[in-house]
Amino acid sequence: MERLKLFVPLLIFLVLALVLYFGLGRDPRALPSALVDRPLPPFSLPVLEGDAVVDESLLHGKVRLLNVWGTWCVACRDEHPFLLELANRGVAIVGLNYKDDPDAARAWLARLGDPFEAVVVDAAGRYGLELGVYGAPETYVVDADGVIRYRHVGVIDADVWRDRIEPVYRSWVIPQ
Amino acid sequence: MVCWLLASTANAEVEVRDFDSLTERERYRALIEELRCPQCQNQNLAASDAPIAQDLRAEVLRLLREGRSDREIIDHLVARYGDFVRYRPAWQPSTYLLWGAPGLLLLVAAGAWLWVLRRQRRQRIELGPEQRATLDRLLDDERQQR
Repeated sequence: MERLKLFVPLLIFLVLALVLYFGLGRDPRALPSALVDRPLPPFSLPVLEGDAVVDESLLHGKVRLLNVWGTWCVACRDEHPFLLELANRGVAIVGLNYKDDPDAARAWLARLGDPFEAVVVDAAGRYGLELGVYGAPETYVVDADGVIRYRHVGVIDADVWRDRIEPVYRSWVIPQ
Repeated sequence: MVCWLLASTANAEVEVRDFDSLTERERYRALIEELRCPQCQNQNLAASDAPIAQDLRAEVLRLLREGRSDREIIDHLVARYGDFVRYRPAWQPSTYLLWGAPGLLLLVAAGAWLWVLRRQRRQRIELGPEQRATLDRLLDDERQQR
């Protein structure tokens, strides 16, 4: 018994080391969205091309990605080619042009290509506040009923798509 | 040194605001001190100059002017940004351990202390009359030898 007591510090150390080790692998910047499994907040916003005003029913009917971007956002530029690739593969993406100049946004899409089914303009950033956006790019997986199923903050690249977003996206695609 | 101290407590809040009343100003101040900036994580809304913090300060003021209570305003932001935006965690199942840990640790420490005390008391040896006499004799012998 007295012998065993000698191992107590070692045991405490091992437990602590294990806890800290797993803590190392966590991304402190990744915030869980408060809105996952909740319907997309209602909106009524203009689109980038044309004079139409759309609401959240724009995202009903099938699984889509809602991508928050802006021309001021450097990381969005990194992400753009991959969004184009996803669009080519048949993934429906709706853009939310966040706190941006619509003319600059149109010029950007004309120059770099347009991966979006539609782009909704949130020039004042009010809808971003409803969504809990705190940076760009952010991407939401929205199911056919308009319910948010996943949120990714940061650039989507092939790895992020394959490991984190695609499994969620696939799981909500309704088999035809 | 003084400059450095002043600088470290400076607020990044740059907007000039007109408040309708002192209480409104105080409530606004208290709220932006207590709410955390989602972008810069280790700063509250008052201290952060991130664009999102500016937006959220404006949002807090807008909600205040709508006549919402402090609690409603915090709930409003928590519903959108998650529990993360509170610097003072709520009392809810996921935080019971967080809030309870100090008391729990205190109890454990008090328990350990009592246990040690008891053990010490048990180890105190009472001497019988014979043993006492032997002890006295030994001590006397020693004194005489000196």
